[in-house]
Amino acid sequence: MGKLYDMLKEDYRIKEGLKTCINCGTCTAICPAAEFYKYDPRKIVDTVQRGDDEEIVQLLKSDVIWYCGECMSCVTRCPRKNGPGLVIMALRNLSARLGYFVCSEKGRQLYPLTKMLTGNILKYGYCIYPDTFRWEDHVESGPVWKWHTEHLEDSFARLGANFRGEGPGVLRKIPQESLDELKSIFDVTGGTERIENVEKFSAEKAKEMGMSMEEYFNYTFGHCSEGHLNEEQL
Amino acid sequence: MIYQGKQKIWSEYQKEIPDDKWFYVRSCIRQNFFPASEKMLMEICRNILKKDFYETEHHTTCGGIAYHCDTIPQETAMTIVARQFALMTEAGYENYVASCITSFGNYTEILQTWHEFPELEARIREMLWKACRKEFNKPKYLAHSSDLIYKFRNLIAEKAKFRLVNRETGEPLRVVEHIGCHYAKMFPSKGVGGAEYPYVLAGMVESWGGNVIDYPERRHCCGYGFRQYHIKANRGYSISNTHKKFESMEPYRPDMIITNCPGCPYFLDRWQYVIAEMEGKTYGAGGFGIPVFTYEEVAGLVLGYDPWDLGLQLHQVAVEPLLDKIGIPYRPEDKYKGLDRKDIMRPGLPENMKCF
Repeated sequence: MGKLYDMLKEDYRIKEGLKTCINCGTCTAICPAAEFYKYDPRKIVDTVQRGDDEEIVQLLKSDVIWYCGECMSCVTRCPRKNGPGLVIMALRNLSARLGYFVCSEKGRQLYPLTKMLTGNILKYGYCIYPDTFRWEDHVESGPVWKWHTEHLEDSFARLGANFRGEGPGVLRKIPQESLDELKSIFDVTGGTERIENVEKFSAEKAKEMGMSMEEYFNYTFGHCSEGHLNEEQL
Repeated sequence: MIYQGKQKIWSEYQKEIPDDKWFYVRSCIRQNFFPASEKMLMEICRNILKKDFYETEHHTTCGGIAYHCDTIPQETAMTIVARQFALMTEAGYENYVASCITSFGNYTEILQTWHEFPELEARIREMLWKACRKEFNKPKYLAHSSDLIYKFRNLIAEKAKFRLVNRETGEPLRVVEHIGCHYAKMFPSKGVGGAEYPYVLAGMVESWGGNVIDYPERRHCCGYGFRQYHIKANRGYSISNTHKKFESMEPYRPDMIITNCPGCPYFLDRWQYVIAEMEGKTYGAGGFGIPVFTYEEVAGLVLGYDPWDLGLQLHQVAVEPLLDKIGIPYRPEDKYKGLDRKDIMRPGLPENMKCF
């Protein structure tokens, strides 16, 4: 058993999610991601429980650990009470810590995700916020949402929201002292370090790819290469 | 109570839900996409049923979406949640209700992890103190807001002005219920009815007059997948899962879909629009889609609230055919009006899916 395996074992999601896998494949059978992507949670759990660092480092640098949707359907059905979805979360966490996520296309998506989600949390106190959910990035939300975003204040007022308002209510302005506490939590618990780590490794990768950070954001957010899907023959 | 036979099998999936005195936390997605459902929940609990339902403006996101997009460490997610519990403790409450399924799953997972690893709970308490100078008690009861509407479903039925019945045929409406994955798939004993046969929405549908449809992909994920939606390049995953569900339910000709998750009603609604625009296929009768509702929207409709006060104009799939089927009155000219009937124009229409 190697050093990476020991690091993984420190993660509580491995302690909870990896007991003794019997390789039955029930997780793969129920998995929505396995139906879409070239993805097999059974193989991943088996690789991790073998504890071979060379195999684990390949996983950490690969696209496959980023295919899971974390729906946790596998947890319900595993006959041995394992949590393959939890094992995936631990692998992703280690890949982010060590900077291996920039080695794969799906891993590099951690940069735009981090910018969007932690940006919203620290600025507004919400994971999703109207000011940053642009219709142009979400045309699937339909013409009704285009209309809503063009009349945001009026539409929210009609529906009884307290958009950007004081006091409780839907989409209220979260008081500055509460936002300060969130920032302090990020500083104390490793959240800020994680953001800085993702930015540092992403900046190095963007430079290697000859892109500005804005170009890198747009590329990792929007580009999908061939070869990820089950139905694709490469 | 002593359970025997089938009752014994089901006893571990019965959930104790206190009647009153709740500390309430909102959902990021629902506040953005279903603001009127958040409002309707308060309306039902506070104004109709006269329950003590407390909210503080100081609560924030639980961080669940960021956690499941792998952008924050587990300790960060846990300490954000610990701060929410501290707000509950400061306010003098013990019963904690979350309006979001991702949050509910997050809270359930965290409490279970702390139960199994007390040293981790101790470390999070230290971190919270260092970051915010706050301390907390863990909730005595944890519920999802759909648990409460389930508990009050018969009280709502007693006050109902409409039932989920086709007014022309007198037949119960055919209703698909869709449960958010993180409601009970991780911890089946924490949801009403468990993971395989959840009863939380089915109980509402039956109480309000409808018939629940069973279909092969009933328990399949809607396709949110966190990073599989928030990243544009991955959205094929999301729509493929919704497509699978609709192909599976289509032969059973559902009249409507009811959901208890923030994201699911958005995805099941919007991906129908996209499938129609991409392939020309619609799943409802006459070129319409199948309308998708939150449980508060359905409760509001049976209680006789104006559909536009419930925010149904923000759905992309037209709800009017269902309103007509039940016999719920509405003013088409008011659908897209602002406050005090202010004219704020109206949205464009899809090309392939009928809409008003």
